[in-house]
Amino acid sequence: MFHWFEQRPFFFAVLVFVFISFAGIIEVIPDFAKQSRPTVGTKPYSVLELAGRQVYIKESCNACHSQLVRPFKSETDRYGMYSLSGEYAYDRPFLWGSKRTGPDLWRVGNYRTTDWHENHMMDPASVVPGTVMPAYPHQFENIADLDTAYAEAYTVKTVFATPYDQDLNGDGKVDVELGEYNSAIANAKADAAAIAADMKNQAVKDAVTKGQIPEIVALIAYLNSLK
Amino acid sequence: MQKSVHVEYDYSVAKAFAVVAILFGIIGMSLGVVLAFQLAFPELSNLAGEYGTFGRLRPIHTNGVTFGFTLSGVFAGWYYISQRVLKVSLKESPFLMAIAKLHFVLYFITIILAVVTLFMGITTSKEYAELEWPLDVLVVVWWVLWGISIFGLIGIRRERTLYISLWYFIATFLAIAMLYLFNNMEVPTALVSGYGSWIHSVSMYSGTNDAIVQWWYGHNAVAFVFTVPIIALNYYFLPKESGQNVYSYKLSILAFWGLLFVYLWAGGHHLIYSTVPDWMQTMGSVMSVVLILPSWGSAINMLLTMKGEWQQLQTNTLIKFMVLASTFYMLSTIEGPIQAIKSVNAIAHFTDWIPGHVHDGVLGWVVFMIMAALFHMVPRMYKREIYSKSLMDTQFWLQTTGIVLYFTSMWIAGITQGMMWRAYDEYGSLVYSFIDTVIVLKPYYTIRAVGGLLYLVGFFMFAYNIYKTIKCGRVLDKEPVNATPVAA
Repeated sequence: MFHWFEQRPFFFAVLVFVFISFAGIIEVIPDFAKQSRPTVGTKPYSVLELAGRQVYIKESCNACHSQLVRPFKSETDRYGMYSLSGEYAYDRPFLWGSKRTGPDLWRVGNYRTTDWHENHMMDPASVVPGTVMPAYPHQFENIADLDTAYAEAYTVKTVFATPYDQDLNGDGKVDVELGEYNSAIANAKADAAAIAADMKNQAVKDAVTKGQIPEIVALIAYLNSLK
Repeated sequence: MQKSVHVEYDYSVAKAFAVVAILFGIIGMSLGVVLAFQLAFPELSNLAGEYGTFGRLRPIHTNGVTFGFTLSGVFAGWYYISQRVLKVSLKESPFLMAIAKLHFVLYFITIILAVVTLFMGITTSKEYAELEWPLDVLVVVWWVLWGISIFGLIGIRRERTLYISLWYFIATFLAIAMLYLFNNMEVPTALVSGYGSWIHSVSMYSGTNDAIVQWWYGHNAVAFVFTVPIIALNYYFLPKESGQNVYSYKLSILAFWGLLFVYLWAGGHHLIYSTVPDWMQTMGSVMSVVLILPSWGSAINMLLTMKGEWQQLQTNTLIKFMVLASTFYMLSTIEGPIQAIKSVNAIAHFTDWIPGHVHDGVLGWVVFMIMAALFHMVPRMYKREIYSKSLMDTQFWLQTTGIVLYFTSMWIAGITQGMMWRAYDEYGSLVYSFIDTVIVLKPYYTIRAVGGLLYLVGFFMFAYNIYKTIKCGRVLDKEPVNATPVAA
């Protein structure tokens, strides 16, 4: 029967397409039918955290660090509770990674502090002797792009109904505020000031006072949010 | 459908792709060596400020080798093979000639832009799909152009039946089109909000769904860039070079359709012990093991093509390249399924065994096969004899040594790391902190870097040999033909 197809390119291509579509239809589509629901307590990222997440992506931190705790005792002992599907409901894109040259970071906010991250990015070997991680001093100078972070939050809110400006747990308060552009940027700067207060780098503090948010501040906000 | 016409083939586009294959090969593999040394000697990571860190260079390395080198090699192979097995020349159709040239130009521009944007840190972070949406659009455009070229040439063919290699090219075209489109669905944020960078986008899928789509794509980018079109090259060049017919038609049918059906399921093995539904993980695991059958089917078919002619290994270096490539294909396609078994995956996942696996496949199978294809094509396209056969032989042994150093060190490193992560002492506490498991790997990283360096030196010898062949190789009046030429 295959001889017939080999002389008719059109039907050959159709048959190829049927063969390759099979797995996708059965394996990929079902999970979209039942949308991945957020677990209780999972919140969308704030604008500053999103700006930090964009820095994390820009530097391809996910090339060396995973964000997925597997359900093994050795992993839960080391990193904390194993990952649940709903915890990733607002992760666009997902950042599970495929290789651990460094440790997992999905719950790094539970056991590392702003101060630790600051030292780590400036000189990784100062807190982890023997590390193979490069230093990221330029993150103390480069300015984070709050506009693009706002654009992303606005987009996921309008296109994917990510619950910004909503009361998620019923306590009468808005959980994650986005609001209009001006108030969103002002809130992000206020968040940044709170982070910078825990840092020791004077240039960073000065920049934040002037309303310029260095990448390191946003990145730390993001890392602290991973819990 | 006459068979005895004399066709004057036009190799201009094939030549262009051959040259950029070597160019991007040098870029991609050199960066690979830099990355390998950075892991062994981390101080090398900060030599070029933010533009030289591991995280920035790594996507350029993977994209450079996958979409720069490999795809160029595949396209060069396509524009060479297709005319010959279809018995038509690109010259006969000014339209298809224009499409082919535009395909090359847009492709080249895209890869250059990819290098620039990735250096700047513009990435979607999805592995092997890092390019942001404007570049994705460009990719789709030249992929469609390639499709027009494929079906256009097939449409004006003089040979009724499609040769095996063409099956594989058609499958490459269709599968990558489907996978690339679905995985790269993203929403440009500036378009929606009116704020921020115009080049930034956000994925259409979130969390676990994003992971499912990504690895359905990611693993099958391996399938349909690193496997299927390379088999196409092997099925054409090995019979041509050895003068032997493909061993079994039935086996090639079984292997082809089996591969297409099974491969697409295997992406799930990247997500074992993740948060995707359990049945999907099991399916990915089982189908990965089943995949041994069609993979070894084609590999055995390739190797048995040499049946009764094994002495050619001593007389023809090109045959050595192709036989070693087929052997590494077998090695890699038994290693992958082993890693996809759940209990093995628990140790292997996230460790250096994974890059080890990728590299014995890419260095041993993909790059060897493409180099062999170019070694076969260049004398025929430029009517020049290969400049130095002894250089070819030295390159072969140097690179083979490099690969062996690479995968053995990564096997040991990966399993060591996996076992250390899960080691408990008699009081039920973890024995090693994470950094202990990093420090212990440094010697293996050094061995890997040396292996990679040997391979890279071999690649430079290859580039030099090809350059000298084109520039000052002995002129051939007509293209070399083997003692017992096969049809097509």
